[in-house]
Amino acid sequence: MSHDKLAAPELAAIDIEGMSRQAFIMRGAVAAGSVYGLSTVSPFVRAAIAQDGGGDVDILNFALTLEYLEAAFYTQALKGVSDLSGDAKSLATELRDNETAHVDALTKTITSLGGKPVKAPGVDFGDAFANQKAFLALAQTFEDTGVSAYNGAAPMIESPEVLGAAGSIVQVEARHAAAIRSLNGQPIADGGFDKALEMQDVLDAVKPFVKS
Amino acid sequence: MTQHADTAPGPHERGALHELADDPASRKRFLRMVGGTGAAGALAIFMAACGDDDDSSSNSAGSGTSMQEPSQAKGDLAIVQYALTLEHLETDFYNAVIDAGVIKDMALADTAKMIRDNEQEHVDALTGTVKQLGGTPKRPKTNFDAVLEGGEQMVLKTAAEVENLGAAAYLGQAPRINSKEILAAALAIHSVEGRHAAALNSVVGETIVPDGAFAKPASMAEVLPKVKPFLA
Repeated sequence: MSHDKLAAPELAAIDIEGMSRQAFIMRGAVAAGSVYGLSTVSPFVRAAIAQDGGGDVDILNFALTLEYLEAAFYTQALKGVSDLSGDAKSLATELRDNETAHVDALTKTITSLGGKPVKAPGVDFGDAFANQKAFLALAQTFEDTGVSAYNGAAPMIESPEVLGAAGSIVQVEARHAAAIRSLNGQPIADGGFDKALEMQDVLDAVKPFVKS
Repeated sequence: MTQHADTAPGPHERGALHELADDPASRKRFLRMVGGTGAAGALAIFMAACGDDDDSSSNSAGSGTSMQEPSQAKGDLAIVQYALTLEHLETDFYNAVIDAGVIKDMALADTAKMIRDNEQEHVDALTGTVKQLGGTPKRPKTNFDAVLEGGEQMVLKTAAEVENLGAAAYLGQAPRINSKEILAAALAIHSVEGRHAAALNSVVGETIVPDGAFAKPASMAEVLPKVKPFLA
């Protein structure tokens, strides 16, 4: 496993009662893969185990980028969408505040782990704020993608504490997703299991909204 | 399940684990995959689990974050049994509510059915996982008469409480799961429970995010007393 991307290489050696989580994870995955072949794994689990997260700091920076995007999205929506209903406005306000809190928490966590938090990306949401319908449609995409991004990356996390923090954020993203979906008249969930997405797929999905 | 005092979780956790996972069946050393696929895109859980071909009298540590291989599988099995118990409870609850026709609002009744279907999928997936880990799936006896007698409002309030509790329960266990594959499956369920909780909170006039921006976990010791009233 390569740690080229690690912002803080020493994190690879974090011990959980005697053995790094990653070492355990890789041993199990490699052993099982060699016996059964990973092609038979269902898509959501495959996405979650196929990637090398690159260390907790890299995963947290990935999450931070998404949270920056979401926070900017709701901040701009509250200023830019002219026909926001009362319900949509109060929800957007709550979501903006939550995403901003996530940005703050992730920034602090990365710093406390000795890493360097990424800067806020430049953003361009196109016509998403033309009206409430367009805004809520993209909001649903962001929240569902956010859930899948965390669910895909979380099993790569080595530290139980960081995993717990990521879990506490993803549950809130899922709550957001359900609320937005309700406003959109959509089912709150697509079946009993939320998908996991690989980091690269998530980055590709949000690329149209990032201005470098 | 024999547990080593030094590495086992606290006494409350251990007690809860024993209660829900008193299944020390010896297991062959194996690596096994669960294939629980259904026609309509149901879950397939993939897992690699190392069992101990010895009996449970080994000096291995118990559940939790200990990193000795045999105990890892045992710890995960206990967690999956616990999750299965909660999912059975949720499924039984919605079935009882639907059968009794307590929810009069059509849209809400449909939501209850959709959530019931999600919970049933969770039961099916976790049942398969328990078996693949060498355990015997547990099915609790449940009773929701008291809630049903309380009428629609009490039913909805209870549903919201149960979903928030379920989401917190998964969050409490996630960092304790050793198998990456079981963790991925638990996370896929956890966020759906969060969706249910938010929707039901809205229905009963509560905020979708009762803990604010960061959801709080709940330990087994915190969860079990709250579900006890529904266990017959």
